[in-house]
Amino acid sequence: MRNEDLLPLQEVTADAPERLREVAEAEYRTIGGRNRSTDGLFKSTGVAVYTDDITFPGMLHAKILRSTEPHARILSIDPAQALALPGVYDVITGEELPTPYGIIPWTPDEHALALGKVRFVGDAVACVAAIDEETATAALELIEVEYEPLPYYLDPEEALAEEAAEDPIHEPRKPGHNGNILKRVQLEFGPVDEKMAKADVLVEDEYFFHGTTHTPIEPHCAIARMNQNGLLEMWSATQVPHYLHREIARVLGLDVAKVRVVQPAVGGAFGGKSEPFDLEFCVALLAVRTGRPVKILYTREEVFYSHRGRHPMKMTYRVGASSDGRILAVDARTILDGGAYASFGLVTTYYSGQLLTAPYEIDSYRFDSTRVYTNKAPCGPKRGHGSVQPRFAFEISLDKVAEALDLDPIEFRRGVFMGTGRTVNEFRVQSNGFLECLESVETASGWKDKFRKMGYGRGVGVAGSCYISGTNYPIYPNPMPQAAVQVQVERSGRVTVLHGASEIGQGSDSTMAYIACEELGVPLDYVRVFSADTDLVPVDLGAYSSRETVMVGNACVMACRQIGGLVRGSVADEWGIEPSQVRLAGGWAFDSGDPASPERRLPIAQAFQLAEAGHGTLGAVGHYNTPKEGVHGEYRGGTIGASPAYSFTAHVAEVEVDPDSGFVEVNTIWVAHDCGRALNPMLVEGQIEGSAYMGCAEAILEEQTYKTGEHQGALHDAPSLLDYRIPTSLDCPEFVPLIVESIDPEGPYGAKEAGEGPLHPSLPAIANAIYDAIGIRIDSLPFTPDRVWRAIRDAEAAKSAEEVA
Amino acid sequence: MKDVITLHINGDEIEVGIPTHFTLLETLRYALGLTGSKQGCDKGDCGACTVLLDGKPHLACIMPVYEAIGHQITTVEGLAEGRVPHPLQDAFDLCGAAQCGFCTPGILCSAYGLLAENTDPSRDEIRRALSGNLCRCTGYTKIFEAVEIAAESLRSGADPRDIVAERYDLVFPSSSMRPAKHTAGSSAGASHA
Repeated sequence: MRNEDLLPLQEVTADAPERLREVAEAEYRTIGGRNRSTDGLFKSTGVAVYTDDITFPGMLHAKILRSTEPHARILSIDPAQALALPGVYDVITGEELPTPYGIIPWTPDEHALALGKVRFVGDAVACVAAIDEETATAALELIEVEYEPLPYYLDPEEALAEEAAEDPIHEPRKPGHNGNILKRVQLEFGPVDEKMAKADVLVEDEYFFHGTTHTPIEPHCAIARMNQNGLLEMWSATQVPHYLHREIARVLGLDVAKVRVVQPAVGGAFGGKSEPFDLEFCVALLAVRTGRPVKILYTREEVFYSHRGRHPMKMTYRVGASSDGRILAVDARTILDGGAYASFGLVTTYYSGQLLTAPYEIDSYRFDSTRVYTNKAPCGPKRGHGSVQPRFAFEISLDKVAEALDLDPIEFRRGVFMGTGRTVNEFRVQSNGFLECLESVETASGWKDKFRKMGYGRGVGVAGSCYISGTNYPIYPNPMPQAAVQVQVERSGRVTVLHGASEIGQGSDSTMAYIACEELGVPLDYVRVFSADTDLVPVDLGAYSSRETVMVGNACVMACRQIGGLVRGSVADEWGIEPSQVRLAGGWAFDSGDPASPERRLPIAQAFQLAEAGHGTLGAVGHYNTPKEGVHGEYRGGTIGASPAYSFTAHVAEVEVDPDSGFVEVNTIWVAHDCGRALNPMLVEGQIEGSAYMGCAEAILEEQTYKTGEHQGALHDAPSLLDYRIPTSLDCPEFVPLIVESIDPEGPYGAKEAGEGPLHPSLPAIANAIYDAIGIRIDSLPFTPDRVWRAIRDAEAAKSAEEVA
Repeated sequence: MKDVITLHINGDEIEVGIPTHFTLLETLRYALGLTGSKQGCDKGDCGACTVLLDGKPHLACIMPVYEAIGHQITTVEGLAEGRVPHPLQDAFDLCGAAQCGFCTPGILCSAYGLLAENTDPSRDEIRRALSGNLCRCTGYTKIFEAVEIAAESLRSGADPRDIVAERYDLVFPSSSMRPAKHTAGSSAGASHA
């Protein structure tokens, strides 16, 4: 029966006995290793297929006409001339897609194409399908739209003014409501006023977080094809195929079972592809109407206007502390500048307060957040959704408190460490490696020799943070699993993992493969992973809120363990030992009690064959749902921000500030991140470095701004990759990733998230480092040379005024 | 207006019909199906379209295709020798230098151009050589590392996998580090000499 030729790629062969003993002694075989990815070589050889790489015979190209007005009624749209252009097949407008949509079921305020009104420059108005892109673009010029301009608001405080409510950006959802306000959340935990009155130190300041956008290098792209059998197929650069699937069916009035959504390789997302977009509805409807496949590829300019990036926030923070270094009270007031549509805004409003409290012990906490509509591109979730902005304000506040208490800011943070248990807003934290994170960055950065010791112009700053590993509740309420995985095991030794997670470069496909290797003992190249095709894989909700590792990972472990159990049982029967004694690892099944035994050692494929003979075809499904008992408070809103597990991060940033030019150079960022168990340290480092890069860029370079002049009002200021400055290889500081592993009981092998948490402290750590360097607090982002230069001059002027007085 | 032109791509001489306004990138992607080179901005800002012309990196999205006539064009699809990935391509996977992978083809071409001129580049030289290629995922660190490992491999002839295994002291260079036997010169017929 033994035929080793069956397995030419088996990793343990001639030196099997010795190696198998090592394997038997290792806690994990694949988990924790710096393994290859499942798709890396496809990406580095140009084989990986992204949406725009796909083409179909007879495919039409479509283009979207966008509003030139920031806020206006549409009086008429005349497509006659466009339709008359040779090569034009169809033109659609808002009336053809009247069903509103929105990623949050309670706030559907968008139409694929504007219906009656446009609300920002760039709002979609009409869509043309033509034989090629050039013809479609030419046809856009021929569509006549008559607008009646309305007053528009670029500043949320202007939109909040009484007169603005007379012609609101959206109709009020209820009588008496202000149509310019999407959501206000006010929550209080503990007696804030009473505690604040007892504070020995009270720090109160205003902070401003500018807006930034995701800027994936791949522009959004979607293709739809209507088949003769009534199946609508869609390929889209999305990170939420499941939600797209539902919304396409709902808005087009199709049976959801007759829609298929496929997510090809995605060239970066970062939250910018986490809801349905106009182009997806347009290609779907045009495919239905024309019977031809239809593609839309956004221009780079359209990517900037589609936005859904980080909300600008004006934040007022009051933090009260006792002389012995306790945080007695935190009181936050926040205005979120939402742009023209809701997007995830309802959740963002909650997140701006709910995600702030860990890793610190805070006696009492209150927040009051209001998300306001403005006539700009809609804001949404960007890596670290809703919580990067308040973290900026809070961590600077903590630095100020520490200074007022004459404490080292790392010492102060150690003193208020919450450990595990409940946050002040009642979230359950079961693992917390924040102390190790602090220790790690303190040592690695040489903090004690640098803080307040580097001389004028150079400095270090510290900040901490916490983030969620998935949301405890799905976006649309339902009791079904949040994640599911199907695993097939074949007699050749090949294992197939079918899962719904969205691989967007973060490594979710690879992670599922590592789990299959760990549980079933096969080499990595025996595993095939298929994901994010709604016709092939079980439902998963998508790549957002850092949910994939914990949720899909747990589902994958569950499926693999069912099959692993059958295989071990069959092998154990054959050898007359206990199933628990059989180990599947390194391409073999072997007796873990006697790894050297040639009698009790079997190539893994033969072990699978034994199980298949005994149990029939091998396949299993696994699923995961979040724990519902005792994970959050029972107050209204208490579920939002609750997560099965929380990650923790600490940064130390070292900067150099040139007082003459205002130029801030970030030299090094040390990042320690508690990701539970690192399933692949290389991928975790990649997420840490990428997060810190993105945060650093938001601090010193990037800003999504709009022109305000009379004749150019509300135009995006810099809708290109040249003008919107994302860092090049020359702009990046050195990143030092440090992994901390506090094993969480809820995560697969103890794992938590790593993709978003490590971004948060970048900005406040840099702000605190600038203060250490030049002694000036700058509480408004970004720290571009003009602003820093102005802050230095203002401080000098204030100082000399003081001296004169 | 349409035209038929002859291009030299990845060792092949190819006749292709194109609209006369096409860029080199449009020709590669939409006329020839060589979709490895990517379009990120279509105006020369991001570098995702970078290809090699006579061994030097060029932006294909702002190059009228007529300018490429008579030059040896190499795209990401032409870097490997048959089924053996170029050490750069292998190192990018081994180091996690390709996350979403969209900028990767352009970065590989820029790095290839660098290593052709400088077999032992310093990190600063790598930073400069890649400064026209935007990556949004990695923060560049793993990319620098991959280029260094590829350079070492090209200098010493060592397999990139062995260099990585040594650098990280990997106890089990597991099968995942050795997915296939990379035998140089294998897969006859697929090699573009």
